[in-house]
Amino acid sequence: MSAYSITILITVAIYILLAHSLNIITGRAGQISLGHAAFFGIGAYTAGMLYTKLGLPFWIDVPLAALSAGLIGAILGIPCLRVRDDFLAITTMGINFVVEAVFLYIPFFGGAMGIGGINLPGWFGREMTKTEFLFVILGVIILIYALDFRVSRSWIGLAWDSIREDETAAEAMGVDVVRFKVIAFILGSALAGLAGGFYAHFLTFIMPQNFGFGQSIVILSMVVFGGIGTRWGPLVGAVILGLLPEISRPIMEYRTLLYGVLLLLLMRFQPSGLIGSGSIFLRMLKHAVKAPKPAGRHGDSS
Amino acid sequence: MIWQQLANGIAIGAVYALISLGLTMVYGILRILHVAHAGIYTLGAYVGLFAFRMIDHFWLSLAAGMIGAGIAGYLVQRVLYMPLLHLPRIAPLIVSIGLFTAMEEAFRLIAGPHTLVYNARIGLSKISFGSFQLTETQVLILLVSTAALIFLWVFLTRTRMGLAMRACAMDAEIASTFGVNVGAVIAVNFIIGSFMAGAAGVLIGVYDNQVWPTMGSIPAYKALAIVVLGGLGSIPGTVLASLTVGLAETFFIGVLAVPFPRDAVAFIAMILVLMFKPHGLLGKA
Repeated sequence: MSAYSITILITVAIYILLAHSLNIITGRAGQISLGHAAFFGIGAYTAGMLYTKLGLPFWIDVPLAALSAGLIGAILGIPCLRVRDDFLAITTMGINFVVEAVFLYIPFFGGAMGIGGINLPGWFGREMTKTEFLFVILGVIILIYALDFRVSRSWIGLAWDSIREDETAAEAMGVDVVRFKVIAFILGSALAGLAGGFYAHFLTFIMPQNFGFGQSIVILSMVVFGGIGTRWGPLVGAVILGLLPEISRPIMEYRTLLYGVLLLLLMRFQPSGLIGSGSIFLRMLKHAVKAPKPAGRHGDSS
Repeated sequence: MIWQQLANGIAIGAVYALISLGLTMVYGILRILHVAHAGIYTLGAYVGLFAFRMIDHFWLSLAAGMIGAGIAGYLVQRVLYMPLLHLPRIAPLIVSIGLFTAMEEAFRLIAGPHTLVYNARIGLSKISFGSFQLTETQVLILLVSTAALIFLWVFLTRTRMGLAMRACAMDAEIASTFGVNVGAVIAVNFIIGSFMAGAAGVLIGVYDNQVWPTMGSIPAYKALAIVVLGGLGSIPGTVLASLTVGLAETFFIGVLAVPFPRDAVAFIAMILVLMFKPHGLLGKA
């Protein structure tokens, strides 16, 4: 495979991690976050600074990136999750603007120039190739999906389901709503921080603009595009919207317009996403699989 | 110097109020975070500018901008939001973000990426009390926004439609059982909010003497912060928060020269206030 396609694949893989992490907060626990890129950025900056200033290797600075993003997620998330649900969307958006401004205006974080000189990780006494790096990320994605299977069957998964469906009812049944929301927020933030660590080592150069509000919207679009709250939806969304800029290169001029219109039309006519419940896409797929049997139409809405 | 900053802060705050009032009214009834409101604001500026180029009369171009914005607001409500009301709150929010992105791109493709000048003769004069000076455009902004606020107050407290609107903001379902035509209320609500956003677009166009495709980006998010700061859905709270943010921005950046982006001030104020008053400045628990 060419170096170019490897680069695109790594970007898509990082977006899969990000979309999956946002899906924990927004899809599983039902809390709208518009500032996910802030935690992505916190992870990337933690990894980048630990690597360039303290010389910690990739294998240590990336877990620390996840840890610091999770920690800051906890500090910011606890007051945010206590306010009304619509406030959370706007507060997280505010956090995104403030975090970006901190990176941009405080010289300690490199200012507008960002942080350079971060390298691909080393192993076996040499630097990893990009192909190997891609496989490392894919390994992490498989690991996270395996964890996801376990968590969604555990009591945490059940609690999240109940909060998403009806917060008041969940509270009445004795579910500690705030606690489980905070758990979702911390897990999602930490995972975004992990993705940030990978991103810093892959790009080797990070700037505040990479983690702005626009990036949060891109991640959120991937989640809703694929199907919010579903297991595979964010992955599908990340792959499609991640590849879209490459596919749509000939119509470069209209790309952002296309992006906005696509999002709008999808939500207007297919609000559950491409592979959400009752989606046209799934219905067509089911139809194709059991084509000989014309019955069973009304069972599709499940 | 301080007096000058005060005038600047109040003028900016008044424009913020014009933009944010529409958002808070929409939220009050539909519980939608209407991000695309800032797209309507930009549309108002463009319609006003093109009307001005054609008829060369400022006040008529202001009216054109407001009408253009009002029509757009009505269409957005009718075509996009109404069919989505039964869905989880995130669906209209995403639609709104998608629409806003698409609108900004459409402005860029149609009117070009560069800044256009809006150099209108308004026909007002500047006012000065000693060292306190208001420029002509600041006088214009204060005039228009005060008129809009008085209109809104009279409308909400003295007309049947205004009464219906307040009833819907409390509980649309119960209001409808008392014979209120909720659909009409929502439409009027959007049209008034969009009128004000369109006026704000034209005002900023002449105040900064420029109109550009992404002029709505920062107001889009700042207005949301202001609305939350004031207590979502509270009209007096929104006005108070708009003036607070306008003044805080000009004073922090202009007088104290804090090396921080002025556009982050609104969000910092919002986060600080929410920590102590989780329902905003004048919001109800």
